Amino acid sequence: MTTYRTRNDIEALVTPEQVHRDVYISDELFRLEMKHLFANTWVFVGHDSQVPNKGDYYTTQIGDQPVIMVRHTDNEVKVLYNRCPHKGTKIAIDRNGNTGKFFRCPYHAWSFKTDGCLLAIPLKKGYADTGFEKTENSKGMKAVGAVMNYRGFVFARLAEEGIGFEDYFGGSLSSFDNMVDRSPAGRLEVVGQPLRYMHKCNWKMLVENQTDTCHPMVAHESSAGTAVQIFEELGLPKDGPKPPAMEIIAPFMSPYEFFEDMGIRTWPNGHGHTGVHHSIHSDYSAIPGYFEQMVEAYGEEKAKAILGENRHNTVYFPNIMIKGPIQQLRNFIPLGPDKTLVESWIYRLVDAPDQLVARTAMYNRMINAPTSIVGHDDLEMYERAQEGLASDGLEWVNVQRLYPGDEEDFDHEAVENGTTERQMRNQFHAWVKFMIATMPDDAAVLEAAE
Amino acid sequence: MTVSKDDLIDFVYDEVRMLDEGRYDDWMALWTADGMYWMPLDWKQADPIHETSLMWEDQFMLRLRIERLKGARTFSQKPKSRCHHVIQRPYVDLIDDEAGKYVVTTQMHYVETRLDDQFLLAVTARHDLVLQDGALKIAQKRVDILNCDAAFGNIQLLP
Repeated sequence: MTTYRTRNDIEALVTPEQVHRDVYISDELFRLEMKHLFANTWVFVGHDSQVPNKGDYYTTQIGDQPVIMVRHTDNEVKVLYNRCPHKGTKIAIDRNGNTGKFFRCPYHAWSFKTDGCLLAIPLKKGYADTGFEKTENSKGMKAVGAVMNYRGFVFARLAEEGIGFEDYFGGSLSSFDNMVDRSPAGRLEVVGQPLRYMHKCNWKMLVENQTDTCHPMVAHESSAGTAVQIFEELGLPKDGPKPPAMEIIAPFMSPYEFFEDMGIRTWPNGHGHTGVHHSIHSDYSAIPGYFEQMVEAYGEEKAKAILGENRHNTVYFPNIMIKGPIQQLRNFIPLGPDKTLVESWIYRLVDAPDQLVARTAMYNRMINAPTSIVGHDDLEMYERAQEGLASDGLEWVNVQRLYPGDEEDFDHEAVENGTTERQMRNQFHAWVKFMIATMPDDAAVLEAAE
Repeated sequence: MTVSKDDLIDFVYDEVRMLDEGRYDDWMALWTADGMYWMPLDWKQADPIHETSLMWEDQFMLRLRIERLKGARTFSQKPKSRCHHVIQRPYVDLIDDEAGKYVVTTQMHYVETRLDDQFLLAVTARHDLVLQDGALKIAQKRVDILNCDAAFGNIQLLP
C-alpha cells in the first residue's frame, strides 16, 4: 500500500506540537527515510583512527546502504558503496581489515583501487566490443556523494548534490571541537570495540531520548535511586572518594530543577544539546596532572574555557549523539521501522592521563551496555512505546512541553529551559525538510499516478 | 587447610545454582570485599579498565544490581526474567594451598528468558578463588561470551 506519495503527505505528519505515529511504525515511511532523509543529510561513518594506515578499511552502513570507509594511497579517507559493480557481491564483510593497495572481489577477481576506480578484470578481452566501457559499472566501485573528515570524524552525504557540510552542521560543530580540544594534542583515537546493543524500536525514539531530561529520575529510579540508597546505608563519607557507581549513575536522580536549569541549545537542521550551563558530567573528580597538561598545551585561559564546558548530550541529526566530557559517540543505526542497532564508541584523549579513558570506558559499560542496569530501563521504555503505538486509540505523539504557542523559529540558534521538548520539535522540523528536499512536487507525483 | 578438586568443582555448581534460584544474598556472600565480576566485550580482551567491557563490577555495583532486581519500580523486570545454567564439569587449573589461591574454568550454556523471548549464550567462566577464614571466596569471575562481538538485546541477569 502506498500512502505517502507527496510532499504534502510528509508535511502533514508533523504539526508544531505533535507527530503522527506513522513516523515510528510505518514500513513505507522507513523506506522513504532511507531513500531521502539518509541520502540528503550528512551521516556519521566512522573515526579516521579506525583506519590509521593506507589500505585500512572499516565496513558499516549509512542508513540501509552498506559502505566501506578506507584510507586511500593519498592518505585521504574515502567512502565507497560496499558492492562489486559486476554482480553486487559485497567486497568486504569483516568489520575491519587492511586490503593493501587494492580491493579484489572474491567472486570473479575484479579489482579496484582504494578510491574505487576499476583496476583490472580477468580475461578482459571478453568485454571487447560489447559497449562495456559505456556502463557506469565499468568505472569501478561507486563512491558516495560527498565525504568530510572533521577533526577525525568522517561524515558522508550519499546524495551527489545537496547541502554543504558547514551549512548543515553550522554552530553545532562546537561540541565536536570541545570534545577534541580536551586532548592536549588536539586529537582523539578510537578505543577498543563498540558496544553493540539491539533495540526493537524505531531509531528516532533513541535520538529523542538524548535530550529528554524528564525521564532520568523516573525511568532510572531503580538504578540511580537504589545507588543513592545503598550509599546512605553504607554510611560512606559524602566528601570522600565516591564508588564509581555513585559518580556515574547517581546524578541521573537529580531533581527536575537541576535539569530545568541546565538548559538546552538548538541549532538549525535538527542539531541540539542539553547541558548548556552544567550537566550530570559537571562534578566528576579531577584527574591529577591533566589540568596542568591542558594549560601547557593551550594556556590557562583557554584550558579553563575548554574544561568549563560540560555539555551533556549533543545530537547531530539525524542519528548520532556525542558526549564531549566523556569522549563517547553513540550511533543509532536504523535497521527497520522497529529495529535499531545502537553502537557506543569511546575515544582516548591523545596525551592525556589513562585515568580519563578508564572513566570513559566505565561510563560506556555502566550506562550503555546490553548488560547495563540503566540501559535496561531505557530499552524497556522504547520497546513498550513501539508496541503501544500500534494502538488505534490515539494517532498522535505529543512533543509539546514548553511549546511557545506560535510558529517556532528553528533557523536560528536558541537556548531554552532544559526540560523543553524544543529539540525534538527541531528534529522533526529537519526531518520534514530533508525528507522532502528531493521529492518531486505534489502535482508531478499525482499526475504521474493518474 | 587444603582444598580438594571436588571442593572447587562443588563451589562452581553451588554458585550457578544460587543464580538460577535467585538466592542473591547467598551469592553476594561468596565474594571477597574487593572481588570483581568481569565480562569482556572483545574476544580475548586483556584490559578490563581502559577499554569497554560489558561488565567490570565491584561489590557496590553488584549489590546495586541485586538490590535493583527487588525494586518496585524496576520496569525492565516487570515481569521478572529467569535464568538457567547448564555447566560442564569444571577444569581445575590451579590448586595452590600454600598461597590459598585456586583457578577453575567452566564451560556453560546460559539461558535467560522474559515474556516470549529466550536467548542462549555459550560462555566460559574463569573463577579466581581465594581461601578466607576457611571458606572459598571469589576474587574475580571472568565470563567470556562466545559471540561477544554480536549485538545483544537486554542481558538482565548474571551468567
